[in-house]
Amino acid sequence: MTDQADEQVSNGPIIQIEEMHKWYGQFHVLRDINLVVKRGERFVICGPSGSGKSTLIRCINRLEEHQQGRIVVDGTELTNDLKNIEIIRREVGMVFQHFNLFPHLTILDNLTLAPIWVRKMPKSEAVEVAMGYLERVKIPEQASKYPGQLSGGQQQRVAIARALCMNPKIMLFDEPTSALDPEMIKEVLDVMIELAQEGMTMLCVTHEMGFAKTVANEVIFMDEGQIVEKAEPETFFNHPKSERTKQFLSQILSH
Amino acid sequence: MSDEAPLTKAAKTSILNNPTFRSVTFQVLMGAAVIAFFGYIANNTLHNMAQRGISTGFGFLDQKAGFGILMSLIEYDADHSYGRTFFVGLLNTLLVSFLGIVVATILGFVIGIARLSRNWLIARLATAYVEIFRNIPLLLQILFWYFAVLSALPSPRQSLSFLGIGYLNVRGLYLPAPVPEPGFLAVEIALLFGVVATVAVTIWAHRRQDRTGQQFPVFYTALALVVGLPSLVFAASGFPVSWDMPVLQGFNFRGGLPLIPELVALVLSLSIYTAAFIAEIVRAGILAVSHGQTEASRALGLRPGLTLQLVVIPQAMRVIIPPLTSQYLNLTKNSSLATAVGYPDLVAVWSGTTLNQTGQAVEIILMTMAVYLTISLLISMLMNWYNRRKALVER
Amino acid sequence: MAADRFEPHPELAPPAMTIGVVGWLRQNLFSSVASSVLTLLALYLLYLVIPPLIQWAIVNANWFGANRDDCTGGGACWVFIAKRLHQFIYGFYPEAERWRVNLTFGLLVVLMVPLFIRAFPKKVWLGVFLLFGYPVLAFFLLYGGFGLERIATDQWGGLMLTLVLSAVGMVASLPLGILLALGRRSSMPIVRTFCVAFIELWRGVPLITVLFMSSVMLPLFLPEGVTLDKLLRALIGITLFESAYMAEVVRGGLQAIPGGQYEAAKALGLSFWKSMSLIVMPQALKLVIPGIVNTFIALFKDTTLVIIIGLFDLLGAVEAAIKDPNWLGYAIEGYVFAALVFWVFCYGMSRYSQALERQLSTGHTR
Repeated sequence: MTDQADEQVSNGPIIQIEEMHKWYGQFHVLRDINLVVKRGERFVICGPSGSGKSTLIRCINRLEEHQQGRIVVDGTELTNDLKNIEIIRREVGMVFQHFNLFPHLTILDNLTLAPIWVRKMPKSEAVEVAMGYLERVKIPEQASKYPGQLSGGQQQRVAIARALCMNPKIMLFDEPTSALDPEMIKEVLDVMIELAQEGMTMLCVTHEMGFAKTVANEVIFMDEGQIVEKAEPETFFNHPKSERTKQFLSQILSH
Repeated sequence: MSDEAPLTKAAKTSILNNPTFRSVTFQVLMGAAVIAFFGYIANNTLHNMAQRGISTGFGFLDQKAGFGILMSLIEYDADHSYGRTFFVGLLNTLLVSFLGIVVATILGFVIGIARLSRNWLIARLATAYVEIFRNIPLLLQILFWYFAVLSALPSPRQSLSFLGIGYLNVRGLYLPAPVPEPGFLAVEIALLFGVVATVAVTIWAHRRQDRTGQQFPVFYTALALVVGLPSLVFAASGFPVSWDMPVLQGFNFRGGLPLIPELVALVLSLSIYTAAFIAEIVRAGILAVSHGQTEASRALGLRPGLTLQLVVIPQAMRVIIPPLTSQYLNLTKNSSLATAVGYPDLVAVWSGTTLNQTGQAVEIILMTMAVYLTISLLISMLMNWYNRRKALVER
Repeated sequence: MAADRFEPHPELAPPAMTIGVVGWLRQNLFSSVASSVLTLLALYLLYLVIPPLIQWAIVNANWFGANRDDCTGGGACWVFIAKRLHQFIYGFYPEAERWRVNLTFGLLVVLMVPLFIRAFPKKVWLGVFLLFGYPVLAFFLLYGGFGLERIATDQWGGLMLTLVLSAVGMVASLPLGILLALGRRSSMPIVRTFCVAFIELWRGVPLITVLFMSSVMLPLFLPEGVTLDKLLRALIGITLFESAYMAEVVRGGLQAIPGGQYEAAKALGLSFWKSMSLIVMPQALKLVIPGIVNTFIALFKDTTLVIIIGLFDLLGAVEAAIKDPNWLGYAIEGYVFAALVFWVFCYGMSRYSQALERQLSTGHTR
């Protein structure tokens, strides 16, 4: 971990979640979530499937609606107000498990779509920005291809670049490596680590514990819709407090 | 063919076991059988026709038809030739297909989208529509509209009146027909200008957005130019159009734009029936765009409208257009049911009346089939070309 | 903040506004202003349509009676349907012989039931009998022979004729369709060209022209003195037309079979016909059953077109009854009845095909 990245952590909160609850019908998926993320902090969220971790980060850009409690992102509270939701989504980038690139657009068009239509950027400028990010994720030569022509790892890197083109303040990663073949995981993680070192505020749902150890300020363990444990990686992996966490760690680290 | 056969045997293999020989022989035999079959049929047909005193060839096309046709888009009366009846029928088929396609598309898209509505009641109603109308034979629906609904309408004297402008009665739908007056040219010019200007504005707006990033309300501008401007000119020049209103004279309406009940029933039932299928296609097309696509677009901050315009519709249309085209073809072919209610389409006029008068079944049926076949093949070729162009590039 | 010592949070019921009747209404009918307006409009539409419909069809309808004078309620005159029901079902089939029709279709239903029971053994043999043995049996039962009185086909009509037309069309077009599908995928150019031409020809023209062809052109094709029954001519037309559609459905199934299956069959040393009949076809046909059912639904609806060449299927029988001077003015009742019968058949089959599709698609995920 570089010192430069740690310095930025000292800023104020960018995400505040207070006593947040969510239900799917009768099912209580998120229970009493309280969480504060400061500017430049990097959180890794892990937990068994169905524990609500994806739902939690999807609540942050309102892909899911919460029914109780407050979520404030970058000073704006998430309510039914469509304008607020759009303002927040502009500042929050998201990377999905299944990439969700637009198959009918070239890689370059995938990247420039939102800057042109949402940020109202001139096309030449958007292309310039996009090419810059494609170079950062090391695939500028693929710009004119279509998503279907790329490997999974390349697609996920494009997806990261696409989110970065909006110059977001926060990046959400929803299991970005779960759909990838093992040999492609590293190329995506490398991009994410680089991003973390530049001081991006990140929330990652992932089971890549190596990644958590390298970049996370905090690791959160969720189960049954609740935050069971939240600690710095060192404490989290070596001295977990809860039995449930120990059990989970033994399962995930045993192989 | 056994695996254990000694190698030396291979050389002696009978020519009957050689796949190339087999394939060639089979094809030659099949070709010969097909030719023989057609020869036999042709021979029988010629013999039978000679026996019955039916002439052959296309000489009858120039003969006087001697029968009137209920409705014609081109000038026609009983003195015209059979050749002309063919075109009258063909044009009537194309007219009813075109009208049916327009109405079915609008209705189908509305219902298809309604089926996906988050409003439970709307979605249920749309589903009910689809399940009711696609599971009842089209012919039954045509007969129902024509004989049960339109025939039950009042006589011209008791017409249902729409604000005194249009009239619906057992003889059909009577609408006012617009008759342009001298000043109308200005309106036409304004409309033309509006269309040209819209194209220019679209190109300009696109370029400006590329250059500066500023967006321009193209849709509303286009609306103003194409609809607003001509209306304004129309009003300014003192509404230079007179309406030829349908007027009740004696037992029926005269003037105006009459739509015969056969046409109304046919367009109505063809579009109601086909719309049920189009709705399913539209629904499937929209569902084919995965939820992840919408989520990704929304997560990038694109408004719902832009998400539809830039992400969902372009992808859905690729899925929708090929089956939609085949529905259009079906509708065109189904328009031949016109003959059941006496709408003078190609089949009714040509394979019906003309065939009965001339007896030249072979020529007439083959010509009718050739028309539909040509339309189908042209559309299929167009579709193949479209599919090749629009296929998503995969690895 | 998360507690240092983890205390499970109790499961809570969701806020009252989001569940129950109120929550359901808010979510599904009144989620926004636009949605509420649509809901109210739809309710108004239903109010306009449903109550008068019930008034007409049930409340004010007359169900029992002998002739039109018994229809006094101002609603639907179901007396008309009741009086003509026999004709709608059997056409002009002699009354004394109608048990044969009942037996034929009763037998069909009894034989079909086991096909829907998953655990029933020897389903394949039953299917084969239904496709090849049963039609012969049905022919003799309906037409006569072997001591049964001969009933000419011009006496057949009503629902019975509709079922005969669609069942024969289906059973006869399936083998032809399979051959055409194989031919279209063949490597032999002449065979392939012929099959493509055949398929595209029939798919490109409306059924009505095919029926016209079979009714006016077919007699000309035959040698002098040979005449074909009107029903048989219609059946030939329908079969040719349908086989082209069947071929395309089967071809879809053949394309879905992975190339490895063909190779494996070849590697086992099976000949073309053996590998097709033992390996490929059983898999392909299973895949295309929903497609076949959908084709059958289309055919079932299309059989109504035979009224244009003068056969009296269910719709034809209704048409004839409507024009009966004793019962003029009850066209709507007639059409509604016919529509209901067709709808029940088609909807039932389409639900079955959808269920099959779901079953197949779950079998193929992974």
